[in-house]
Amino acid sequence: MNVMNDHAVSPGLWALAWRRLRADRIAMAALAVVGLFLLMLVLSATGLIAADWEDEVAVNYAPPTFVGANPALAALAQPQRPTPPNAFDPLAEELAILKREVQATHPPVAKALTLPFGADKWGHDILKKTVKGGETSIVVGLVAAFVAVTLGTLFGAISGFYGGLVDDFFNWFYSIFTSIPSILMILTVAAVLQQKGVTTIVLILGLTGWTGPYRLIRAEYIKHKAREYVMAADAIGASNWRKMFSHIFPNVSHVALVQVSILVVGFIKAEVILSFLGFGVPVGTVSWGSMLNEAQNELILGKWWQLAAAAGAMALLVTAFSLFTDALRDALDPKLK
Amino acid sequence: MLPTMGGVIVLVFVLFNWVGGDPAYLLAGKMADEAAIANIRAQLGIDQPVWVQLGIFLKQILTFDFGNAWSTGEPVAHIIASRLGPSLTVLVPLTILETVFGIALALAIAFVRGSLTDRAVMVACTVGMSISILVYIIVFQYFFAYKLGLFPVQGWGNSLGENLLHYALLPIIIGLAVSIAPTLRLYRSFVLDEVGQDYVRTARAKGLKERRIVWVHVLRNAAIPIITHVMANLPALLIGAFLLERFFGIPGIGREVILAVERSDFPVIKAITVYVAAATMVFNLLADLLYQAVDPRVQLK
Repeated sequence: MNVMNDHAVSPGLWALAWRRLRADRIAMAALAVVGLFLLMLVLSATGLIAADWEDEVAVNYAPPTFVGANPALAALAQPQRPTPPNAFDPLAEELAILKREVQATHPPVAKALTLPFGADKWGHDILKKTVKGGETSIVVGLVAAFVAVTLGTLFGAISGFYGGLVDDFFNWFYSIFTSIPSILMILTVAAVLQQKGVTTIVLILGLTGWTGPYRLIRAEYIKHKAREYVMAADAIGASNWRKMFSHIFPNVSHVALVQVSILVVGFIKAEVILSFLGFGVPVGTVSWGSMLNEAQNELILGKWWQLAAAAGAMALLVTAFSLFTDALRDALDPKLK
Repeated sequence: MLPTMGGVIVLVFVLFNWVGGDPAYLLAGKMADEAAIANIRAQLGIDQPVWVQLGIFLKQILTFDFGNAWSTGEPVAHIIASRLGPSLTVLVPLTILETVFGIALALAIAFVRGSLTDRAVMVACTVGMSISILVYIIVFQYFFAYKLGLFPVQGWGNSLGENLLHYALLPIIIGLAVSIAPTLRLYRSFVLDEVGQDYVRTARAKGLKERRIVWVHVLRNAAIPIITHVMANLPALLIGAFLLERFFGIPGIGREVILAVERSDFPVIKAITVYVAAATMVFNLLADLLYQAVDPRVQLK
């Protein structure tokens, strides 16, 4: 984007929007929070942080440091004592060799009694687990939102640009998808696909979420296709495809961008619910939803920290993202207030 | 409406018959032989050509006869009929309370637009909306039902009064806590569209009391989008309350959907999807009729 070069001549839509956004202090704070989460996502995806979240570094349900250690758990913290030798064991020699090897690579460590934000049932560090779970949830939200908006934009562009029978067909399609409540649609597709996995959730959310962007993009295309610049493009012999995506699309891309950020929030929430119900991420993958699922039972035992960590992280991200989305919408469309 | 309904039926048919795979293997169990599978396929009609299968599906929808659920053997029509009551026991009070509170708060907030109260409420709404519904349910159920013992943790009785006043109370309160923030935000924007209009100024100019302007003049004009919202949301609510139903052990439609998805019970999901879609369309039609009652200027074609 050569926003900077245009600056001297006359600022474009994006430069103006950025200027308005920068004047909005809440928006910039929200953007900083979202940026931190994205940075965390990149670092954890590349394995720089939280790669060792599955290490059992603490005793089971170690409380957070600021709560203080639980004396009842002290016995668990000692490294495991070796079992006394069994004279009748025919495999004793082999086992001894294996044990030595394990000792060499994994020396027994004393498990921590407390961690900065506590530990879960297996002694995983909650903070690292939250980072890792956030990675799954945010990636699902982002990718699914891109899939949904891409589909919605494609359908909306074709429908709005061509009009007539094509438009009728896509409208019919749209009315089918909107007459089934989205949550029921998601569950139905989940029932039919019958396989768990991050790709599956992304597909489910992406394939059911295109209706909102479709309606808005279609309206924009109907508005834009009669404008002079499109006629000019027509006059110099631009193909329909070229008119749709290299002439009109840049002028409606802000609508798509706002839709992406609205959908990201919705999809992160949806992923959490799906994973909680067990239709989402597979066993072995951690997400905020699967953390809440574990936390539900832990709460009855009085271990509130996993619930607090997952819920807090999610609330922080979603609040920041929603505030930023609102500001983005206002910045990109100053007439709408 | 008819083409849309037809589309829904075809979509559900395609999803379950092509994407869903062959249910005979699922039903026949682990020790199935050729004959057993062929037998099940013949019973389900999936050895027929596609258009015959679609015909069977259409007949099932029109006669309300989806056969028996695969997992429990209970007739699907009976499942839907018996689960509707508990769902409505939670949803009808929830919808009424949500709408009334939403309208009252939105009118109160919209008339102090830009003030500190307004902004504080809006920020509170944004934060409230960002917390997952799961957290609300888990925390409320833990504190109010488990710790304080004010409500039953879960369960369902036989009489309507007992269910409504005893078992459904906490789910309704939670539903209200979750839904009030988005509702308030939405209704506030509807009301804000009206408060700047000329007729409000005229009403003020002729000396009407502020209360009358808000509750009669503005409310009537803001009612149209509100009706649309409530009506469009009713069928979705039926399913949307599934988390409440699941946590509190309420034998409603939503919980049935979750169970059916867990057990891959296709007939139940198919039936519920088709009828909920039909209900959505009926409610949209009702909303159109209600517009006319609220605003005589609206003309229906």
